[in-house]
Amino acid sequence: MAKLIKNQQIIDDAWQLLADEADTDPATVTVPAGHWLVPFAVWQAQPALAARGDVAPVLKGTDDPAELAGQLDAVPLVAVDFPRFSDGRGYSTATLLRSRYGYGGELRAIGDVLRDQFNYLSRCGFDALQPPLGKYTDAQLEAALASLKDFTDPYQASVTVREPLFRRHARSAA
Amino acid sequence: MYRYDDYDQQLVDERVAQFTDQTRRYFAGELTEEEFLPLRLQNGIYIQRHAPMLRLAIPYGNLRSDQVRMYGHIARTYDRGYGHFTTRHNMQFNWCKLEKMPEILAKLATVQLHAIQTSGNCIRNTSTDPFAGVAEDERIDPRPWCELIRQWSTFHPEFAYLPRKFKIAVNGAEEDRAVIRCHDIGLELVKNEAGETGFRIFVGGGLGRTPIIGEEITDFVAWPHLLTYCEAILRVYNRFGRRDNKFKARIKIIVKALGIEEFRRRVEDEWAHLKDGPSTLTQQELDRVAACFVDPDYKTLPHDDLGYRQKLSENKPFAAWVKRNVRGHKRPGYASVVLSLKKTGVPPGDVTDAQLDLIADLADRYSFGEVRVTHEQNVVLADVERSELFALWEQARAGGLATPNIGLLTDMICCPGGDFCSLANAKSIPIAEAVQRRFDDLDYLHDIGELELNISGCMNACGHHHVGHIGILGVDKNGEEWYQITIGGRQGNLTSLGKVIGRSFAAADVPDVIETLIDTYVAHRHEGERFVDTVHRIGADPFKQAVYGDGTPAQRKVANG
Ligand code: HEM
Ligand code: SF4
Repeated sequence: MAKLIKNQQIIDDAWQLLADEADTDPATVTVPAGHWLVPFAVWQAQPALAARGDVAPVLKGTDDPAELAGQLDAVPLVAVDFPRFSDGRGYSTATLLRSRYGYGGELRAIGDVLRDQFNYLSRCGFDALQPPLGKYTDAQLEAALASLKDFTDPYQASVTVREPLFRRHARSAA
Repeated sequence: MYRYDDYDQQLVDERVAQFTDQTRRYFAGELTEEEFLPLRLQNGIYIQRHAPMLRLAIPYGNLRSDQVRMYGHIARTYDRGYGHFTTRHNMQFNWCKLEKMPEILAKLATVQLHAIQTSGNCIRNTSTDPFAGVAEDERIDPRPWCELIRQWSTFHPEFAYLPRKFKIAVNGAEEDRAVIRCHDIGLELVKNEAGETGFRIFVGGGLGRTPIIGEEITDFVAWPHLLTYCEAILRVYNRFGRRDNKFKARIKIIVKALGIEEFRRRVEDEWAHLKDGPSTLTQQELDRVAACFVDPDYKTLPHDDLGYRQKLSENKPFAAWVKRNVRGHKRPGYASVVLSLKKTGVPPGDVTDAQLDLIADLADRYSFGEVRVTHEQNVVLADVERSELFALWEQARAGGLATPNIGLLTDMICCPGGDFCSLANAKSIPIAEAVQRRFDDLDYLHDIGELELNISGCMNACGHHHVGHIGILGVDKNGEEWYQITIGGRQGNLTSLGKVIGRSFAAADVPDVIETLIDTYVAHRHEGERFVDTVHRIGADPFKQAVYGDGTPAQRKVANG
C-alpha cells in the first residue's frame, strides 16, 4: 500500500490512481468501486462521480483550478499531479486553490514528488505528500519529515505563512 | 549597505545546513544525478569542463571589504588563486571540489555571502546600476528596492521550478546602466504626476538564442504594489510558460506568443486578486531597508583640490586614468573610481586572490569599506575623495587594476567560452586577448573613443554580444571555431540589437576585421561621434563594404586616426 505524508505523519493510503488515457472519451471511462483519483476531465465529464464521495479529481498543470472552484465542497480531496518534479506548475495550482478559492480540504501532491521539494510544496498548501511507490524507505521518509522545518522564518507570504516576514515580526533597522 | 538581522542570517545558515545534507545524500547514492541537479544549481553549482563551477551572488552588486577578502581566501584555499566577475553581479570560481562546497558555503555564510538561486530555473540575483546612490543622474536610489526584491524572491516556494531562469534588473537613473530591457523583468523607478514613487515595468527581454527587447507592461505601478505585481507576472509565467522545449521556455517567448496586450491582461487579472494583499509593502519596511542605504559620513569638501589639479597636469598616465576611470559624484570633492579588470592578457573579469585583497584594502582606505561590481565586469569604489585619487591610482596600478580603458574598445565583456564552458562553440578569451593586443596603443585607443565590444562563445549570449557596439559570437562550422560579427548593438536607454555584417571569420582574422571596422568609422565619423552613432547614422553598408568589399577577409589598416 502506498505511503502518504499527511499533516506531518506517515500513514498508509487507500486511494488508487486511475490512469489518464489521453485518447479515451472521459465521459465513457468507468470508475470502479473503491477510492479513486481520476483525471479532472473525467471528473468534469461525469458529474455523478461527485456524489460518490470516494472519487477525487487530479489536476494537471494544464487544468485550470478555477473550473473546480464551484465544487470544492463536494470533493473528498484534490490531487495535483507532478509529471516531473521540476515541473513547477502545481505550486501555483495549489496556491490558487487555497488562497483564491478557499479550499480547506485535503490537497495532495502526487507523481514525481520528492523529499527535497517537501518544504516548498507544503508552504504552497499541500497537506498531503505522496512520493512514488517504493521511492523511499520508512526511515528515509521519517528523516524527510524534518525537511518541512528547513526554514524557520521565511521572508515571503505563502499559503501556510500568510504574511511576509516584515508583517510578522518587528524587524530592527539592524 | 544592507545589514543582516538575525532573520536574514538564520535563513542563510539554514540553507547551508539543508545543502550540506543534500550533498551528503548525493554522495551516499540516495539522490540521483537528475534529482541533485536543480538542488546544486540553486546553490550555484554547475558542472563544467574541468570541475564544478561555483557561482556566488553579489546582491545588486554590493560588497563589503571583509566579503571581498573572503573571496580572496576562497580563491587561495579552494581554487587556483583566482575568480571571475560575471556580467550579472556574480563571482565565479572554476576549480572548487564538489565535496568541499558545503564547507565553502558555510565559510561564506559567516560574512553573509551565499550562492542562493544563482542558477537553476528560479528567480536569480537582482542586478542594478553600479553607481546607485552616487550617480549624478540618479532619480531614485534603486538599492532598497533591490533588497526588498531579494527578500521576496529568496526561497519563494511557488517560483523555484519555473519553466526557465528568471532575471530582474532595476534602474533609478536617467541613463539605464542595468540593461533593464534585456531582462525578464526590467524595473525603472519613476515618479508619477502626483510625485509618488513607482515603477515602469518592462517584461520579456532577454538575449540568448532568441534576442528580444523587453516590452512595457505598465507605465506606472505605485511602490507598495511592486511585489504583488511581480508575483502576478511570475504566476502567469509559471502557469503558462512553455515547458516542452527548453529553448522556448523563457518568459520572452510567451510574451511574444500571446502578444503584450494579452499577456498584460492576464497579469492584470491576476494582480487584481493580489493587489493590497499581505505582500503589499509597508512604509515601515521600506524605511527600515532604506535606512541601510543612507549616505556614508561624507566630509564637506571644496569642489576643487589643488594638489589633485597639479598631479593631473604633471602626470600624463594619471590624467589618462582619471579621464577614463574616474566619474563624477553627487557630492563636491568626491569621485567614483572604476578599477579595470581588463588588462591585456588577463581574461576579462578575472581577478586574483592578491588583487581581491588589494581591492578590499583600497575600499577600506578610500571608500568607506564598500565595493560594487559592474555589468561590464569591473569593480567600482564609489566614494573616493578627489584629493586621494593619486595615491589610490598608484596602489591600484601596482596591483594591475588601473588600466585606463573604461568604456574603450579593450574594456570588453567576455564570457568564459571554450576554455571553461562545456556549452561553448568557440573560445572567447583568446579572441579578447588578440583584439586587446592589436589595440594596445593607448593614444589610438583613446582616439577611437567609447566603444563596447562584447564576446560570447555561443548563442547563449552570456557575453551580451547582441548589445555590443561590436559583437563577436563564436559559432561552430563543421567542428571548427568561427566568429560572427555584429555592429550597431546598444545597451542603455536606446537598447537595440546589433546586425550581422556577413559571413563569419576564423579566429586569426578577427583582429583585422575589427581594425577595418574601426578604420571605416574613423574615416566617416563626425567630430565627437561615437562608433555606434556613426553606424546608426550611415548604416552598416560602408562597414560591410570595407570588410568584404574586395573579397579578402579584411583590408589593411589605412589610417591611424
Ligand atoms: C561557464 C558557465 C556558464 C554556463 C554553462 C552558462 C550558461 C548559460 C545559458 C545556457 C544561458 C542561456 C539561457 C537562455 O537563453 O535561456 C546563459 C545566459 C546568460 N549568461 Fe551564462 N553561462 C555561464 C557563465 C556565464 C558567465 C561567466 C557570465 C558573465 C560573464 C554569464 C552571463 C549570462 C547572462 C547575462 C545571460 C543572459 C543572456 C540573456 O539575456 O538571455 N554566464 N548562460
Ligand atoms: S555564451 Fe556560451 S560559451 Fe559563453 S559562457 Fe555562455 S554558454 Fe558558455
